Amino acid sequence: MSSFPYLLVLLLLPLVGGIVVAGMGGAPVRTAKFTALGFSLVEFVIAVLLWFDYRSLLASGSAEPFGEVVKVAWIRSFGIHFALGADGISLILIAMTCFLVPIVLGASWEEKLPAGRTISGYFALLLVFQSAMIGVFAATDVFLFYCFFEVMLIPMYFLVGYFGGPRRAYAATKFFLYSLLGGLLMLASVIGLYVASGHVLPEGTLDWETLRSIAHQIPESTQVWIFLGFAVAFAIKAPLVPFHTWLPEAGAEAPTGASTLLVTTMDKVGTFGFLRICLPLLPAASQKLVWLFLLLALLGIVYAAIVAAMQTDLKKFVTFTSIAHFGFIVMGVFAFTTQAMAGAVLYMLNHGIATGLLFVIVGMLIARGGSRQVADYGGVWKIAPVLGGIFLVATMATLALPGTNSFVSEFLVLIGTFQRHPAWAIIGTAGIILSSVYVLWIFQRTMTGPLRGAAVVDTGSAAYDGDDGPRGRAPELEPAPTAGSSGGAAVLVAAPAEPKVKAGFGDLKPREIAVVAPLVAAIIFLGIYPKPVLDVIQPTVTATMHAVGVSDLAPATQNLNGGGN
Amino acid sequence: MTQALQLAAHLGAAGAGPAAPPEATGVTAIAWLVLVLPAAGALVLMLGGRRLNRIAPILGSLTVVAAFVVAVSIFFATIGAGAGDRVHEIPIWSWMPVQALQVEFGMRIDPLSLTFMLLITGVGSLIHIYSIGYMEHDERRQRFFAYMNLFVAAMLLLVMGNSFVTVYAGWEGVGLASYLLIGFWSHKPVAATAAKKSFVMNRVGDFGFVIGIFIMFAEMGTTSFSGVFANIGMVAQQHPGAVTAMTLFLLLGACAKSGQVPLQAWLPDAMEGPTPVSALIHAATMVTAGVYLITRSADIYNLSGTGQLVVSIVGAVTILVGAIGGCGKDDIKRVLAYSTVSQIGYMFLAAGLGTGVYGLAILHLLTHGFFKAGMFLASGSIMHGMTDQVDMRHYGALAKRMPLTFITMACGYLAIIGFPYLSGFFSKDPIIEAAFAAGGTKGWLLGGAATLGAAITAFYMTRLMIMTFFGEARWKNLTSPDGRAYHPHESGLVMTIPMLILSIGSLGAGAFLASGERLVGWLTPSVGEFAEPHPTVLSAGVITWGNVVLMLVGAGIAYVYFGMRSVPVTQPATRNPVVMLSRAGVGGDAINETLVARPGLWLARTSSYLDARGVDGVVDGVGTAILGLSSWWKGWQNGYVRSYALSMLSGTLLVAVALMVVNFS
Repeated sequence: MSSFPYLLVLLLLPLVGGIVVAGMGGAPVRTAKFTALGFSLVEFVIAVLLWFDYRSLLASGSAEPFGEVVKVAWIRSFGIHFALGADGISLILIAMTCFLVPIVLGASWEEKLPAGRTISGYFALLLVFQSAMIGVFAATDVFLFYCFFEVMLIPMYFLVGYFGGPRRAYAATKFFLYSLLGGLLMLASVIGLYVASGHVLPEGTLDWETLRSIAHQIPESTQVWIFLGFAVAFAIKAPLVPFHTWLPEAGAEAPTGASTLLVTTMDKVGTFGFLRICLPLLPAASQKLVWLFLLLALLGIVYAAIVAAMQTDLKKFVTFTSIAHFGFIVMGVFAFTTQAMAGAVLYMLNHGIATGLLFVIVGMLIARGGSRQVADYGGVWKIAPVLGGIFLVATMATLALPGTNSFVSEFLVLIGTFQRHPAWAIIGTAGIILSSVYVLWIFQRTMTGPLRGAAVVDTGSAAYDGDDGPRGRAPELEPAPTAGSSGGAAVLVAAPAEPKVKAGFGDLKPREIAVVAPLVAAIIFLGIYPKPVLDVIQPTVTATMHAVGVSDLAPATQNLNGGGN
Repeated sequence: MTQALQLAAHLGAAGAGPAAPPEATGVTAIAWLVLVLPAAGALVLMLGGRRLNRIAPILGSLTVVAAFVVAVSIFFATIGAGAGDRVHEIPIWSWMPVQALQVEFGMRIDPLSLTFMLLITGVGSLIHIYSIGYMEHDERRQRFFAYMNLFVAAMLLLVMGNSFVTVYAGWEGVGLASYLLIGFWSHKPVAATAAKKSFVMNRVGDFGFVIGIFIMFAEMGTTSFSGVFANIGMVAQQHPGAVTAMTLFLLLGACAKSGQVPLQAWLPDAMEGPTPVSALIHAATMVTAGVYLITRSADIYNLSGTGQLVVSIVGAVTILVGAIGGCGKDDIKRVLAYSTVSQIGYMFLAAGLGTGVYGLAILHLLTHGFFKAGMFLASGSIMHGMTDQVDMRHYGALAKRMPLTFITMACGYLAIIGFPYLSGFFSKDPIIEAAFAAGGTKGWLLGGAATLGAAITAFYMTRLMIMTFFGEARWKNLTSPDGRAYHPHESGLVMTIPMLILSIGSLGAGAFLASGERLVGWLTPSVGEFAEPHPTVLSAGVITWGNVVLMLVGAGIAYVYFGMRSVPVTQPATRNPVVMLSRAGVGGDAINETLVARPGLWLARTSSYLDARGVDGVVDGVGTAILGLSSWWKGWQNGYVRSYALSMLSGTLLVAVALMVVNFS
């Protein structure tokens, strides 16, 4: 173990960065933006170093659950510590957050904010939010986890409510009230956990390692109550259907950068919470309530996919795809096989990258057209081939095409779930059909066909202000192919006078390509060679399975030959 | 990477059971190059952008030709080795290692995969070269060749992979390439819709395929070919139901990819893509992937009588559905598309007849690859000369104007109808014999369907030939939809030479591959020993010559209807139910529409409505109930602390409740 306090630095650096950037009110905006980006890049480099450090720790065969531990007594009378540590799961999520923040800053470089809001304030808040995210992933004391869990709401509340779109006040309030409800139940459960540990130990504690060691001694009925409090909080955060209705609003109203982080990192706290708190600390309850969470997971996969197909708002659409993906993650968490759980953890990372790309590219589209309505776009691929191509990559990653990162995680979740719960897995697998329907339909409506839509075509009317909904919807184009229209014939038929493209609706600029390139590279790399990440995840997954008291099933057929692998 | 290689090698050694094939050596060890060449081409062309438009056709074609050369040299190396040394594995890296699940990214080079590699790169080379001429005036040639190379690479991955998961990766990869190429002219809404339809219907199949893989892992803890084939016998002893489930789920995947009933409706629509795409993807290679999958899984299908029966029933039904669908279409490419559906039905029929007959499916697959690709290229050449018109009612008497195209089409025509001693005769006839050899009612039904299908094939193909090449020159008095007059002319050499090479295949490939059981013998290490079918209900001779007679009858009826009467330039109205059925594509779309699309859309609309009004409505209702808090909140942007204090208060109440619960339990 190294002596460098990686986690503490990772926790504090963005906070410092946020304060510095916020204090640069007088400096040119450009300086503030580069300062923020600089902080996030240094943070990313430290995260990379942490990754390698953790890997060498794994290689050394350490049996400790957490590496890189920082531990200071905080509230002695309640046995509460300020304790940070990283295991495979939190490391993945910390790395993901540190990877995404510079990208989000780059993507928000020219964000159009509501009048009176400064971009330096926006960037500062994003950095503060990052700090809270690192905290929640690294906390190894349940009370500290709770604190960060609540603290992260504050920057996000302002990111939505102060910097968001026209309905920001409604969205932010809804988001906040929802989260508050979850937070209260969770607080009750934290205290419940403390009291319950006091029944086993001479003194109550909220230290994670101690709690895990006594987890099996807490009676099941008590565990169930504590579990439910945490579970509601996590289900709201993830969010699971039917606790999801805050997310489409918040995700759509927040500025693109904030919604990207909201969906890709903050929502992960929900599924992370299940893995960090519910499963290892409340194993009996976890086993008892498996059916409930598999049910909610399937509901999410199927229901959110169906609802996604009908969305008319591009950003709401992305949030619904995300809800469907969280269904897969939860299914993997509660299937209790190594493949499914490792797949779920990998899914958390992959979702961050793939949905991150989808959100960022949708944001770039919206920045050009000034409208969030699907019907305001059409045929964009033709005039913006690079944007269309990246959109296609994001589309393929969303529907988990092999070769993209999402395939590996979705496959692992499903194959792992099938071993234990074949019927559930089969219904979940139907999600791969649904995902192709909703995502390709959006692609078809916005990217293909003739150039059309009020956001793309210059109709000669006054400048489009984008905030008051769509004007002049393009007709839905879904004609049935007819005989005699195939081949090249119709090219000539269906080419009336080319409509004029709206001024400023160009292809991706170099800055934007630089922003999406790392995401595309990560999608392909992790699709082809996910082993380095799986190697980091596996020991923690194995430990979590062990803590719950479950193990993999042997193949159903007995006395197998060897033969291959 | 080296670490991964070592690990992969280690795994290979550790798991060396009875069936694990040896690692490849010599030229076979560089088989990955066959895959990498077109993949690299695709990558370069995609990243390079439009500035590569000039060299894209050459670069795209060269990579595929080079891959063909490598494949040929591996083929000779393999054929030079003894019959017992023709199956090799190439481990490349560990793809998804999670405890018991060790998915390796590796390749299996054996007679079956080599046969496909040669077909894909060989026919692929010809079609790439043809495309140099065909796409000459398209301003996005670079993108076209990038997609074509992507397709070739994905298709090669499909046939070269050494586990079901690798095959699945290629399987979805070709789906993507097919999607991109069907929608290549995606500014046409019909093309975009057809592309999406093909992807979604294929995903229905992928759903089946992937569940088949899940069952393998649950039963045997492995997904590799060698692992599955070594253990499937044990599974059949202990859980025969699992084996049947595997066969049926894999069949669902195969049906979607190969356009078999009930998932055939996407294939005719796929003709919206450029014609070389139809030739390569939707005739010669991708759509035969289902046949590959079933043949590759011979060890599994051999153990499930039910699975095999269902495969052959699907094949027999599809033969008829495709053939009838081909009779009523006026779009030349759609006639060929339905014909493809029908011909792949023959391959499924053969694959389902099982042990010993798999080789016949592959034989027909190869000959079909030649003659159908040739006919598609010929139809593209006609379109090229006829301002992209595809309606055969606008054709007529084109034989003199386009002699080489006519020759190509005629060779394909004679081959597909099973004219004696041409390719189709050697490949289709044994399948019909094998169907009769199944014996009993089953034999009569399957054999009868196959025979009837052959007669209908002769009918619709003769109709196509007459409407296109003979009769009156109807185009003289017509104009294309955008008002241009037709000036039919032969295409350039870069297009006609590949066509003529394929027509040589149409004529001779069958005789070459069938004589001395050359192909079926070569495939033995992959699919098992070939067993000559011996029909019991009818003698082989009666079947063969009976088929020739029926073929002549079918062609004769077509001649009476279309050769002896003049062809109307617009489709005449009809009340004949058979013609109506045929024009409706035998109901494929109607079934999809009523069973899937309409209910699906209704469900989606309802759920979406309910989500806004129901789930969210409840939430907003609760919100209204605490309206006091809400409105108070809105006025207090900075009132965060106060509301937090309120939350702490309610929290304390909850805590008190929680404490009581904990203490009393």
